[in-house]
Amino acid sequence: MILFLAFFSLFPFPVFSSTGQSNYFAAIIFLIFVIITLLITYFASKKTNVKENYYAAGGKISGFQNGLAIAGDYMSAASFLGISGLVFYSGFDGLIYSIGFLVGWPIILFLISERLKNLGKFTFADITSIRLEQSKIRILSSIGTLVTITLYLIAQMVGAGSLIQILFGLNYEIAVWIVGLLMIIYVSFGGMIATTWVQIIKAFLLIFGASVLAFLVFKEFSFSLSNLLYEAVSVHESKMEILFPGKLISDPISAISLGIALILGTAGLPHILMRFFTVPDAKSARISALYATTFIGYFYILTFVIGFGAIVFLSQNPLYLDDTGKLLGSNNMAAIHLSHSIGGEIFLGFISAVAFATILAVVSGLTLAGASAIGRDLFVYVIKKGKANEKEELKVSKFSSVFIGLLAIFLGIFFEGQNVAFMVGLAFAVAASTNFPILFLTISWKNLTTNGAYYGGLIGLVATITLVVLGPTIWVEVFGFQNAIFPYKYPAIFTVSISFIAIFVISISDKKTNKFENLEKFNKLTRKAYLGKL
Amino acid sequence: MNKIIAFSFSLLVLFFYFSFILIIGFKPELFGILVGDSYITVGIVIGLFVIVFSIFITFVYTFISNNYLDKIKDQLNK
Repeated sequence: MILFLAFFSLFPFPVFSSTGQSNYFAAIIFLIFVIITLLITYFASKKTNVKENYYAAGGKISGFQNGLAIAGDYMSAASFLGISGLVFYSGFDGLIYSIGFLVGWPIILFLISERLKNLGKFTFADITSIRLEQSKIRILSSIGTLVTITLYLIAQMVGAGSLIQILFGLNYEIAVWIVGLLMIIYVSFGGMIATTWVQIIKAFLLIFGASVLAFLVFKEFSFSLSNLLYEAVSVHESKMEILFPGKLISDPISAISLGIALILGTAGLPHILMRFFTVPDAKSARISALYATTFIGYFYILTFVIGFGAIVFLSQNPLYLDDTGKLLGSNNMAAIHLSHSIGGEIFLGFISAVAFATILAVVSGLTLAGASAIGRDLFVYVIKKGKANEKEELKVSKFSSVFIGLLAIFLGIFFEGQNVAFMVGLAFAVAASTNFPILFLTISWKNLTTNGAYYGGLIGLVATITLVVLGPTIWVEVFGFQNAIFPYKYPAIFTVSISFIAIFVISISDKKTNKFENLEKFNKLTRKAYLGKL
Repeated sequence: MNKIIAFSFSLLVLFFYFSFILIIGFKPELFGILVGDSYITVGIVIGLFVIVFSIFITFVYTFISNNYLDKIKDQLNK
């Protein structure tokens, strides 16, 4: 509690050096959000001395609540601002991303969600280690988790810093510190209970805000999509090209590869997977996936409308453009500027506060996933060989969340001003090529062996990082070389195949594993996966 | 049975999605055709269809599982 008070005294009202009415309003809404979430954290902190509560909110979250929380985890500022910005910039292409992000969800529901709930407790490594050797598989799973969440965190922190800088006129470093410290408080004190509620509140605010924004846009065109598109075509410099696929994806291999990364990557994101442990049973796990899919799908339709609305209202309005005719701040500001243009100062303030809350909620979920990987998978099962008591485990997990939070602050400041958008893509590629294959084969392939999963997964991880570094996004755009060594921007089609083949070949040729014992464990796991009991 | 439903539903979603993606990869101009005398293109209609279909099929799966398959599982457990 003392820490909470100390925190408040560090950031009193005047921190938001407001220049306009909107900033002032945004600051108030955001402060209300912070106060409510800190109160929740305070009450949650009384319960997080028990493992079940800290990692999984005691399994007491309902399907509907969890669906909102999952949607909240998934609808990051990157997808809200990024996708509406992409639609603003190139129209239809934004829809390709949205759909890729969405169709991962039915697949998760059909193949993973209920099995995850039936088999696992707190981390997805709990499942793989049912039939595979504890220490090796936990090491691999935690590496996969930590790489994924670190990349994701960097992208979110850098985005947070620059967004808050523009919205509230705060210094970049202060913005990163505020986000970092708040998330450390949520996660280390409130664990999964606080993280889930922060996520639920934010998801509600975001869906509400985006709905109002899309409604206001639609109203201007007497609720006709055709009218909206017609106006957009007549003001956009690419004219009719904004209505069909264009510059984003130029060849079939990139198109398929992006699709694979988005679908399988979603099914391998640790902070999303761990949400399925917070519900009481398989039935609620399914219901959470259903609500999550519905909210996310609805949200992406909104971002599409918002993006086209931004084309109409912003691209000819000098108020929002710089001298070269580009959108102030970058294309990612499309939704924010639109809220001002169509809803005035107060609505701008509301949307800005929601964007801030969104970032905060998403980074908290990521930090918790990382902390569980360190505290549970690495500390308890690798270092202590399963012989740690609950108190020690929680202490390590909570300290890990502080450590990850500080690391995120440091990395956020380190990468200031750099283009980090590729990191989300890389996180999805790693999740698709390492986490997903191990998890999927554990529950569906009887001949999988520990060595196969371990070395195959590592090969997949190394291949992904190598191909992304040698590809156009890093080799050309970051390092500044003329030509990429590896020609494709999205390597998933290759890296996922490499990973699956490596796991397959190594498992088949693995002579040390007792085949009979392995099969027996697999049968047991399958039974539990479907029936929920051994 | 659970497995058959899960896999066939997944294949159905993947089929629609990859048809969408392959058209983008091979024949993007197909998506530029206007529907009727509106400014809505075939691509936008199909894109929105994929979203709505994804939501619909998750609903169907959840409904079948929660109302029928779970009862069979309870019996098996007994």
